[in-house]
Parts: sequence; structure tokens; C-alpha cells
Amino acid sequence: MLEIKQATYDAIVAHAKKDHPDEACGVVAGPEGSDRPERFIAMVNAATSPTFYEFDAADLLKLYKEMDARDEEPVIIYHSHTATEAYPSRTDVGLASEPNAHYVLVSTREHGNSDGPVELRSYRIIDGAVTEEDVSVVDELRSLA
Amino acid sequence: MAIEVRIPTILRTYTNGEKAVPGEGATLSEVIDHLESNHPGIKDRLIEGDGLRRFVNVYVNDEDVRFTGGLETSVSDGDEVVVLPAVAGGS
Repeated sequence: MLEIKQATYDAIVAHAKKDHPDEACGVVAGPEGSDRPERFIAMVNAATSPTFYEFDAADLLKLYKEMDARDEEPVIIYHSHTATEAYPSRTDVGLASEPNAHYVLVSTREHGNSDGPVELRSYRIIDGAVTEEDVSVVDELRSLA
Repeated sequence: MAIEVRIPTILRTYTNGEKAVPGEGATLSEVIDHLESNHPGIKDRLIEGDGLRRFVNVYVNDEDVRFTGGLETSVSDGDEVVVLPAVAGGS
């Protein structure tokens, strides 16, 4: 299961709506091994495309160095689909390279840039196998035990 | 002082979980061959044909090697080589 704060959920949806009809992408980082998505980081889609996303290579290095320095990892990797459902495509599965991450997909096909509900779903993608998981939206993440 | 090669999570199965391993070589190509001799199988995850795989990024001292000569990028003692898979996909 993915547990995510309402504010983070809203930030992902807002980013997807803003960048529609191009795909939006980003990460939510959290302490290594904690499974807590704490720090929302919108990334630029270097592909600027309605059917593809890719973090810019220089931004990617900067992001990973920053996470490394803070003992963080990408807890969520999100991107939007702008004309199809919020389900990982073959390309998404083939390129998924973070076995510990929750892959969150948002579909903006219904309302585009406008208000209105969007489909947001979460998956694990490990060795080419996709497993959907429940998403629990909370006001605050559970405090650390 | 050796070259430090930073390994992404997905490839740590080849390095016994190590996040960074020592490297040797005068070019990126030689560093990867040396890596392969210590961690068999890893080269195929980085190289396709004569070049780096499209969705693998390699940086030498923070410079994307696509702009510095690719596999022929020169590397020397004290340099840091970072390997990062692209974060990418498509609908």
C-alpha cells in the first residue's frame, strides 16, 4: 500500500493538470528505507511530449546527489498519461529502474488542464512485473515509531 | 587514489549491495571493462553495441559523458564516475 499525504497527492495532480497535454513527471523523496514520501520534487520533462517523459540528465544527477547527501531515496516516482488510463505502459515497465519505489500514474485524459477529478493509481514495478496497490490518502503521515 | 564508481540501486545485485566500487582505467570504456572483470554481467546492463545504452546515464565528475566523448571520455585517479538509469517512460 502507498500512504500519501493529501498535500502531496494534490501537488502531483496539480502538476499533471498544469503540464497537460504533455506528460508531467517527478519524485517524492523520503528517508532511505522509511517508505515515507515526504519531499515533493516536480521535475522537468525533457521530452516535452504528450506520449513520453524523461528527466533531464543533468537534473537527474543533481536530484540523486541531493537525495544521497540527505540519505533519501525516491519513494514515489510519478508521471502522467494524458490520453490513456493511469496504468503503466510497456515502455514504463521496460524502463522502470527503482525496485523500491512506488510508481504513481495520473491520467489527465478526462479533464485536461481543467478542474475535475483525475485517476491516480500506484504500482510496484519489479523485474517487468506490475503489481497495483491501494493508495491511502492521509492528512499527515504516521509518525515514526 | 582510485577512481570511484557509484552504482545505482538496480545494479547493486552485481556489487553485493555496494553503492560504490573502486574503478581502474584511462577511459570510461576501460573502467567498464574493469568493472565487468570484478562484477560479471554488469557491462551488458550499460553497453549496447558500440555505445552506452540509450537509457543509461554516466557522468564523470558531474559531466554527462554524452557531451565529453562517450566511452572514450578520459578518466584519471580521483575521478568520480556516476551511473544512473534514466527515469523515463511513455504511454
